[in-house]
Amino acid sequence: MRCVITGGNVKVLGKAVHSLSRIGDELYLEPTENGLSLRAVNSSRSAFASFLFVPLFFQLYERGSPPRAGQHFRCKVLMKSFLSIFRSLPSLEKTVGKCLILLKPQASRLVVQLHCKYGVTKTHNLAFQECERLQAVFSTRQCANSLCAPARVLAEAVVHFPATLSEVTLSAGPGGKISLRNYVEDEKEPGRTMVTELWLAEDEFQEVAVAPGTCITFCLKEFRGLLTFAEASNLPLTIHYDAPGRPAVFTLDDPLLEVHLVLATLSDPESISQSPTANGASELPTPADDFADDLESYMIAMETSAYEGGSGAPPSPTFPLRTPGPAHSEPEEEEEEEAVPGTPPHKKFRSLFFGSVLTPGGPCLAPTQEVLAEDSDGEY
Amino acid sequence: MRFRAKIVDLACLNHFSRVVNTVARLAKTCTLRLTADKLYFILSDKVANGGVSVWCELCQGNFFDEFQMEGVAAEHNEIYLELVPENLSRALKTAQNAKTVKIKLTNKHCPCLTVAVELPSLSSSSRIVTHDIPVGVIPRRLWNDFREPGVPDFDVSIYLPVLKTMKSVVERMKNLSNCIVIEANLSGEMNLKIETDLVSVTTHFKDLGNPPWASDDECQSSAQGRDLESMAEARIDIKKLLQLLAGQQVNPTKALCSGCLRQMN
Repeated sequence: MRCVITGGNVKVLGKAVHSLSRIGDELYLEPTENGLSLRAVNSSRSAFASFLFVPLFFQLYERGSPPRAGQHFRCKVLMKSFLSIFRSLPSLEKTVGKCLILLKPQASRLVVQLHCKYGVTKTHNLAFQECERLQAVFSTRQCANSLCAPARVLAEAVVHFPATLSEVTLSAGPGGKISLRNYVEDEKEPGRTMVTELWLAEDEFQEVAVAPGTCITFCLKEFRGLLTFAEASNLPLTIHYDAPGRPAVFTLDDPLLEVHLVLATLSDPESISQSPTANGASELPTPADDFADDLESYMIAMETSAYEGGSGAPPSPTFPLRTPGPAHSEPEEEEEEEAVPGTPPHKKFRSLFFGSVLTPGGPCLAPTQEVLAEDSDGEY
Repeated sequence: MRFRAKIVDLACLNHFSRVVNTVARLAKTCTLRLTADKLYFILSDKVANGGVSVWCELCQGNFFDEFQMEGVAAEHNEIYLELVPENLSRALKTAQNAKTVKIKLTNKHCPCLTVAVELPSLSSSSRIVTHDIPVGVIPRRLWNDFREPGVPDFDVSIYLPVLKTMKSVVERMKNLSNCIVIEANLSGEMNLKIETDLVSVTTHFKDLGNPPWASDDECQSSAQGRDLESMAEARIDIKKLLQLLAGQQVNPTKALCSGCLRQMN
């Protein structure tokens, strides 16, 4: 794969990397025919972000021939290493004229070359690891509610919450007002924590399609990362959400760029009420119980690294399910229990489902897999 | 027991926020005393050595556009609340461009001081942010603990130098010693001293001026009898002093330091 980015787009790429660095420790790269996809996931699998840069974003975009017919080449690099190349955004803007990214599978090196002012060229050679496709399965079509607002409005809203706050609850209130409130965990004494609530009128949003009384609770930290990117690029942000426990999808749309952030939400139905109610969730439910209830098409899949390809039987494949039903939950439970240790149990966040493209040799699982880009294309 | 107050003026809001920030830097919890026309932030630390004691008295008319208070009973028309000033500080921090700020005593899941900020927005209706700060209501029988400290029986009272200067001097000294000695006399001279086995450092300030204290005849005569040059000295914990100086956001016109004479043999 070989691509060249010039001018102001280098800074956009840099900002995207900064945003992804708020999510996870590894950056996944996948050159596709629709463009270059950069993705990240957090360690507890409760946050996933992807930035798809379409070919038009680049001065030159050559995907290169995939190693196997019908397969895409995918790799991951250490986020820290990749971020350090784009560490200082102001200096990127001032000194870098062109950025070249070269992926050489045979040489096992990802080359990022910055062509700067005064004839200076900085070349970074990063080691990468081949990996499976990192892809959260989600569908904005399945989300009953959506809100669209200029990023600035949302940025001004979250500024009232302390930087250390973990979770925030978004709810649709009476009169079309939307509220953001800090989420107070049940375990802490309710009488000791300050509660901050912000109300936004319906007309601050570009689009509001929510059922009154609905609400979701999600992690603010990863959301802030996306918000910073959106604000800097002046893009409106759309929030799609469904019932508590189902992931919330945050999207940015731009001709050159498609951004998705998927966050797991708290499945605590009591999170609506102001007074914390003892819903019995203070003792941790066993993983099996959790998932049998809510799970349907969302579960954790083990991400396998260094796909050997062609040699031996792959680990047990996981299949995304669209239809809920106890009958289907059984085989999945085994998978979940293996992977569950990664999830911090006290948070009660559901982890996102990640599809696996492991199939013993041959065609990709395209029919059952949902490619991110196509999904949102299908929406419009 | 009721309390409602409203700030409309941005300069007042800013000033009030800075006072709250100063208090927040000095203490984790403090007492807020509300009377018909004043607010007090009180911290009476009973710690014997080096405890910080704060008494901050504000005239409500200087800050609030509206101020209504009904105390616990008619004869005791006051309210004493225990709160974490850091919470109040945080609530006010992002309200600096607000249209109005209302503070009221409410009872949500527990007694709270609710700060409701009305912010300007591009839409037809304003944005409202509410902060519910949990407070503890201090019962009447404990009110005596929070009496105003009397005028201390001091020997020397002096105006401090520019606090920023003093802070940077003390900060350098902090690395060398745990204790600092403040000496001052009635001629407007003050010294900050540290002494260790290896080194002693003194910073001298001159021409600071001494505030006139209205004192009764006894004190007057004793002052006249005292040598204007002799220094009154106090030894205090450097970190506590720094905490006080660092927290200062209010830019006082004058800061006073009063100390007792110690026999210097």
